[in-house]
Amino acid sequence: MGDQGLTLENVEIRNGQNTLISINTHIAPGEVLTIMGPSGVGKSTLLSYVIGNLPPGFDAKGRIVLDGHDITHLPTNKRRVGILFQDDLLFPHMSVGENLSFGLHADIKGRAVRRMHIEAALTEINLEGFANRDPETLSGGQKARVALMRMLLSNPCALLLDEAFARLDTKLRGQVRNLVFEYARKRDLPTLMVTHDQADADAAGGECIHLLEFGKPN
Amino acid sequence: MNGRHQTERFRFAWLPYLTLFAMLGPLLAGLAGTVAPAFGYMPALGTRDLSLDVFRSLMAWPGLYDAVRLSVTTGFLATAISLGIVTLITAGWVGTKSFRILERLLSPLLSVPHAAAAFGFAFLIMPSGWIARLLSPWLTGWDRPPDVLIVQDPYGLAMTAGLIAKEVPFLLLMVLAALSQSNGTRRQIVAQALGYGRVTGWLKTVFPSIYSQIRLPVYVVLAYSMSVVDVAIILGPNTPPTLSVQIIKWMNDPDLSFRLQAAAGALAQFLLVIAAMLVWRMGELFVAFAGRRWIVRGRRQLLDKTLRTVGFTAGVITAASIILGLAGLVLWSFAGFWSYPDILPDNLSLRSWARSGAGLSDAAFETMIIAFASTLIAVFLTIGCLEAEYRYNLRITRRSLLILYLPLMVPQTAFLPGLQTLLLTTGADTGRLPVILTHLVFVLPYVFLSLGDPFRSWDTRYATTASALGAGPDRVLWRIRLPMLLAPVLTAMAVGFAVSVGQYLPTLLIGGGRLQTLTTEAVALAAGGDRRVIGVYGLAQTTAALLPFLIAILLPAFLWRNRKALRHG
Repeated sequence: MGDQGLTLENVEIRNGQNTLISINTHIAPGEVLTIMGPSGVGKSTLLSYVIGNLPPGFDAKGRIVLDGHDITHLPTNKRRVGILFQDDLLFPHMSVGENLSFGLHADIKGRAVRRMHIEAALTEINLEGFANRDPETLSGGQKARVALMRMLLSNPCALLLDEAFARLDTKLRGQVRNLVFEYARKRDLPTLMVTHDQADADAAGGECIHLLEFGKPN
Repeated sequence: MNGRHQTERFRFAWLPYLTLFAMLGPLLAGLAGTVAPAFGYMPALGTRDLSLDVFRSLMAWPGLYDAVRLSVTTGFLATAISLGIVTLITAGWVGTKSFRILERLLSPLLSVPHAAAAFGFAFLIMPSGWIARLLSPWLTGWDRPPDVLIVQDPYGLAMTAGLIAKEVPFLLLMVLAALSQSNGTRRQIVAQALGYGRVTGWLKTVFPSIYSQIRLPVYVVLAYSMSVVDVAIILGPNTPPTLSVQIIKWMNDPDLSFRLQAAAGALAQFLLVIAAMLVWRMGELFVAFAGRRWIVRGRRQLLDKTLRTVGFTAGVITAASIILGLAGLVLWSFAGFWSYPDILPDNLSLRSWARSGAGLSDAAFETMIIAFASTLIAVFLTIGCLEAEYRYNLRITRRSLLILYLPLMVPQTAFLPGLQTLLLTTGADTGRLPVILTHLVFVLPYVFLSLGDPFRSWDTRYATTASALGAGPDRVLWRIRLPMLLAPVLTAMAVGFAVSVGQYLPTLLIGGGRLQTLTTEAVALAAGGDRRVIGVYGLAQTTAALLPFLIAILLPAFLWRNRKALRHG
């Protein structure tokens, strides 16, 4: 199936006169494409274009195709692209279980059925019985697992990682990273990762694009 | 091309325009309704000939000179002294424990209605007030209140002092907001490392950037102090009164032809405020010029120790005058027999409250309805504007901030009489709905200023995350953003509520004198001088303004009692 996966077709992002990024690539299901470079080169801007909320002041052209569908002009909530940031961004007013329910796809109907899904998801990430907990009381690693699971429950077709492991300490970073990549492979998710950490790129194992200075890709 | 919210484009996009209309519509209509009669055009009274006759008769009014003088002196004195006190407190004490205590004391005082604060202040400084009682008879030799005019003095000093006590908390809060957006603390440390004194260093390195951020609030204070009506009725001179009070007297005159004169007076008041702002602006330029020369001269100290003490003392006096004033209101409202010069009444009773009974609860009810309605509309419009700004990437310019401050910088006496005239001549009646919409003109800016920063500084990655999970923009707003912003939303509502509760002139004029709120009733009691009933109404008014703040603190604390990240936030 050649059209499965995430395709960035002649994508070019500009900030006024400067071309920040120019990229033409395809990420196959289960593969990870790493984009590396120092902060400020517009790595995250590329992700915001893929997810559909390019900040004001930037111009972009080129198509984003996901599993054969052109999603370039869809609103964020219709793209089926999951994203993880360097902060867990668990909604602080919801319990852990409510956070997961917010993510759980709406096609799964019925209170009891949904609750079963949540319980199973919690078990899967070794957080049985955590449904009613305040997310703020969780450890860094636990939060990262909940954020990952919340994203997976929404059934995304692609995964974006925006410096997703930068805030975790070295030991935890390796564990969480392996977990994320394991799920991405298991679910055949094409994954686009931006990072400034070589270890992230090495662990991903896939293709790696280095962005150098401002305005000079590759 | 940003395609994220094309589908619901028009649902929020019109709200900024509606907000603009709600705020500026009455303002412009009122000004138009002021200008026309001032030049003799008022078909309802049968005069259509444009002329300057009305101005001639205004000029012929013997009280004009004193009225204008009072307006100018109270305006400049109150503004300059409040700004001076706030500057000295901040320069000398920011970052210290004492500053935090003072800040905590002054912040809630901001929402005490002007009328209640003015009454409390009067109860302190009157010849029969607490200060005189404290010093009598052992120092003064008075065993009954002497016949001296301390309150309502012809120079408006009592009024100016009362205004200062209320404006210091306002400006201090504005300075604190400005400070949080600048790296003032670090700049002050750098200056101190270069050998500058605390106060001198702050004035030279932090004040210039802070002032440019609080300039509009300073103009608000200037316009307000020049044209305030309720405080002037309570603390200001009577014969002749201030220009704004005289305008209202003319408006209420049974002889309708005085309305023309009122309009001319309103226009004069408007021009006077504009002129004063221009003079103030020139003063700013002069201070900036002189300040630059002072900065480059490199002097490290300017009476730093003295200025610190002065600032702190002034801050304490300000806070104390309002707090003790409120205590006076409480005591008088429960006082039984209270003979001079005793510090405390002989006994306490509920008689004054019982006596005010039905009238009080009616007025309280009316106050609540108006405040609740105008606040709800204001919060709805504000959230709509902020959400539209976020969804469609609208940019907030300096100009739109100016628009927000505009209703606060135009004196109420300049456009409310015109608005009333316009309502009556177009056949639209005065009454509750127009009053609510007029309150909205003043509630909206404060709600917007209060909610704007927390709404905008909310981490929008939460929204991105929620959208990526499949939530549409409305779901993100209702399920994520607003619940997370519950505390600031409720605080903004409390601010709006307090602003509405404190409104005197809009209720009086646009209500056609038929709507009795706690504020109109309290101010109406000023002439009678029944201190017990004044205490009752002043206290009721203060409670009505402060209660929502209590809710704004307690409700989120209760709802989020198991949500650590949302406490203290």
